[in-house]
Amino acid sequence: MKISKIAEILEAEVLCCDGHTENEVMSACASDMMSDVLAFVKDHAVLITGLCNPQVIRTAEMMDIVCVVYVRGKKPDAMSIELAESKNIVLMTSKYRMYQACGLLFSQGMHGGDCLI
Amino acid sequence: MSEKRRIVLEFDVDGDNFVSAGKASEAVKSNLKMLGLPPALIRRAAIVMYEGEINMVIHAKGGRAYVEITDQEISITLKDVGPGIPDIDLAMQEGYSTAPDEIRALGFGAGMGLPNMKKYSDSLEIQSEPGKGTTVKMKIKL
Repeated sequence: MKISKIAEILEAEVLCCDGHTENEVMSACASDMMSDVLAFVKDHAVLITGLCNPQVIRTAEMMDIVCVVYVRGKKPDAMSIELAESKNIVLMTSKYRMYQACGLLFSQGMHGGDCLI
Repeated sequence: MSEKRRIVLEFDVDGDNFVSAGKASEAVKSNLKMLGLPPALIRRAAIVMYEGEINMVIHAKGGRAYVEITDQEISITLKDVGPGIPDIDLAMQEGYSTAPDEIRALGFGAGMGLPNMKKYSDSLEIQSEPGKGTTVKMKIKL
């Protein structure tokens, strides 16, 4: 699924790297615990989270995550945006809660990828 | 015969600033990318280094990281002079954590750090003495 399609489904506002929204996302993961993300995420994923600190972006960078969606209308701090810009990670914010955001993406064909333990 | 590769990187990990935690891992990842190593292997090295770096910041007020890249392996050594790990077997259990609540609020301290480091490295060796510090050695074969 293209990042632009994720933004459309979640009625999200893209906060940075809008030049990369035509990139493809292969799987999805939703968590506020970054160690869980580090344990299970697969390649070219979108991360859906309610956590807004710069460690979210560092985690995304380590895992080659291409897009981060902040739920409940949350917005990251300036340092997160700056870091994401330097790593070409698309950030967006959606008014949906995490459960709803996951449900909407899943129902539109965005599955979790091969992440069963 | 072609020359043998041996690249050594060293970093001071600042323990006072959680926001900057991960900088050393970021630098190591960039170096591995520049060497053109396979992405899956780079990601494994990045994960174990990042988890280790975060642990040093959370538990030991920082430390020092040494990374050596040869033709055969990536070797990561993390040394701190923090409180040490009294029971390493217990610390290796998924879900066990001594991290304070404020660290959990930042998305870490779920008790997955050491298990992740074991999962993604080919070898993990921990030497720790309570009150003196911890040395973690991880290797990833190329």
